Amino acid sequence: MNAMPRAHELGLIGCHVCGLVCRDTQVPDAACPRCGASLHRRKPDSCARTWALLIAAFILYIPANVLPIMRTVSLGSVDDNTILSGVMELWVKGSPDLAVIVFTASIVVPMMKFLVMGTLLLSVHRGSHWARAQRARLYRLVEFIGYWSMLDVFVVSLLTALVQFGFFSAVEPLPGVVYFGLTVVLTMLASMNFDPRLIWDGKDEDD
Amino acid sequence: MTDESKTPMSDGLPEPVIRHRRVNASLIWLVPIVAALVGLSLVIHAWMQQGPTIAITFQTAEGLDPGKTVVKYKNVVIGKVSTIRLNSDRRKVVVNVDLDKTAAGIAVADSRFWVVRPRIGLGGVSGIDTLLSGSFIGVDVGNSKQKQTDFAGLETPPSVTHDAEGKSFILHSGDLGSLDIGSPVYFRRLQVGRVASYKLNDDGKGVTLQVFVERPYDKFVTTDSRFWNASGVDVSLGADGLKLNTQSLATVLAGGVAFLDAPGPHPTAEVAPQDAVFTLFDTQAHAMAPPDGEPHYIRMRFDQPLRGLAVDAPVEFLGMNIGSVVSIRMDYDEKTGHFPIYVGAVVYPDRLGRAHQKLMAQARSQGDDDDMSHLIGTLVAHGLRAQAKVGNLLTGQLFISLDFLKNAPKATYDPSVRPLEIPTAPGNFDKLQEQLAEIVDKIRKIPFDSIGNNLNQTLVSLNKTLNQVNNQVLPQFQDTLKGANQTLGTANNAFSPDSPLQQNLGSTLQELQRMARSLRTLTDYLGTHPSSLIRGRSADAPPAADTGSSTTKPQQGSKP
Ligand SMILES: [Zn+2]
Repeated sequence: MNAMPRAHELGLIGCHVCGLVCRDTQVPDAACPRCGASLHRRKPDSCARTWALLIAAFILYIPANVLPIMRTVSLGSVDDNTILSGVMELWVKGSPDLAVIVFTASIVVPMMKFLVMGTLLLSVHRGSHWARAQRARLYRLVEFIGYWSMLDVFVVSLLTALVQFGFFSAVEPLPGVVYFGLTVVLTMLASMNFDPRLIWDGKDEDD
Repeated sequence: MTDESKTPMSDGLPEPVIRHRRVNASLIWLVPIVAALVGLSLVIHAWMQQGPTIAITFQTAEGLDPGKTVVKYKNVVIGKVSTIRLNSDRRKVVVNVDLDKTAAGIAVADSRFWVVRPRIGLGGVSGIDTLLSGSFIGVDVGNSKQKQTDFAGLETPPSVTHDAEGKSFILHSGDLGSLDIGSPVYFRRLQVGRVASYKLNDDGKGVTLQVFVERPYDKFVTTDSRFWNASGVDVSLGADGLKLNTQSLATVLAGGVAFLDAPGPHPTAEVAPQDAVFTLFDTQAHAMAPPDGEPHYIRMRFDQPLRGLAVDAPVEFLGMNIGSVVSIRMDYDEKTGHFPIYVGAVVYPDRLGRAHQKLMAQARSQGDDDDMSHLIGTLVAHGLRAQAKVGNLLTGQLFISLDFLKNAPKATYDPSVRPLEIPTAPGNFDKLQEQLAEIVDKIRKIPFDSIGNNLNQTLVSLNKTLNQVNNQVLPQFQDTLKGANQTLGTANNAFSPDSPLQQNLGSTLQELQRMARSLRTLTDYLGTHPSSLIRGRSADAPPAADTGSSTTKPQQGSKP
């Protein structure tokens, strides 16, 4: 065995909070003797939590896209927009750059998160050894872009606060934006609950 | 609770402590369950809200926007346009509308849909709010129970909606006049309803209108009511003179219908039922006339010029209007070389009222047929003749008068000729010349010679009198005038600007002015020092310090 040793092979467990290294006694409900934080080799029920949150996020993503997120009132004409119709309107009305940004933040990023997290979870379940380093990189990417997909929510809340001129022009948030915000929060929670070390569990074939 | 020292291990690492956890990890599955429940509730809600989808056909989709244009009933949004497409032959557009669940009852057979756009009509401006907010689809909900999903949209808003209370009535008319859908219906010049619809009769010989009279005015429409076309300005220049009649300024522009009960008592009149049928008369006069009954066509041959006789000129029988002229034709008589004029007229014997009934009864008892040809024969034998008379001396309008003439020359009458031909007599138009000749005769008989002699004598004596006046009275009068002139001159001197009287007056006025000024000073002083009335006048106070400085300062400044 020329592979690099792992903590559990050495019978060690580290505290996530204060960094204390303890002996891994394999007892359930172990706690750090120094700071009292719970000690675990991997985040407990990581997969189940991630699955649950991811599924919840996906369910809420449907109303987020179907329901209108924003109502624009200009000169008495009321215009309700869903995310996609807003993107299309931006594209048609001559700001394709904005359309691309909104599309990326509101459609591409969440969909990517679902796909990536789903792939990671499935591969972990199967204990796959396939492209571990790339999968780890994917996870870091998802962690990084997580909060950027709140763009739509920010746009709507900003417009609502700024554009309030009564009859002439006004912007109101509609229920869709709440579902969208919940989706983003839940996907962030899901990726937080995922333990990337699970990717590396199982024996190394080669390096 | 650190027990680093209590459990020393071989490698010197601390051992974890046991602490019971509180939260069961499987509770995390509540999150997706809640999310699923929320999603499900949304689906159920949407499904519950989902009403029927209807298709409305319009000529054009102008102003309609799929996903945005709404359907409003009483200004409440009850649906939204989902898609717009052309129909199969591309002549019309089909607008699909998703109705709300609550508005499902609107999709019934007699509901009507139209696009509310800004419209400017003679009756006013409507839909102005849609200028900014965009058009929407208006709906008039029907009363039917029969469900329907395909509708033909109206191009103009209906003038009468189903929820309007009142009654509609059917009017038959010869032509539409200047009426239109939405034209007002007046009762005593008060607008009480509208024209709801009109259509050409199937035979093309008239127009049928539907008018709607609102509650509570609908009760004034009785079985004896008469409707007439109050459109425009009703100017009639006839034998009766010039007449101008309008209902209101709006009818002048937009036309209208008016109704009123026929004059006289109505013992049998009842409130007219829904969809009662009436005749729409051209004018109020026509409407108020008694029912005309069957028209009869008569013809008259005149051997005189008929300048001033026009179509529609009245035909009178002993002063009663019983019809009107419908045609004036010239003919040529080869035997005599004359140009007779044939005048055709339509008469309504029913207008004669009981006279006609009695005459008919009498004629029938003698075995006459229904066509009154023998009846007229009898009348002609009694001297009935048609004459063209001057109805209006100013305009020279003629009318046809049927009168019994004394000493009428014998006339031939053939009861079998159709149309009935009534013999004529020269009208008073011709007699005018005779009368003029009589007047000239009378003037000729006046003894102008003797009148002139008398006048001459009178003038001579007048001349004498005037001479006397000239010689005696006038000189005396002249003297009097001179005396008066002198008096006026004296008066003039007295009032001239440099006269002593005038100067005295001037100085007196100046004195008065001075006195008034000093009086004012006194009252001012007393006003500020009332005590001086008792104590006498105090010494003058020195001028205030600040006023002194403010007046001196600018002087100092201006010196250098
Ligand atoms: Zn610790």
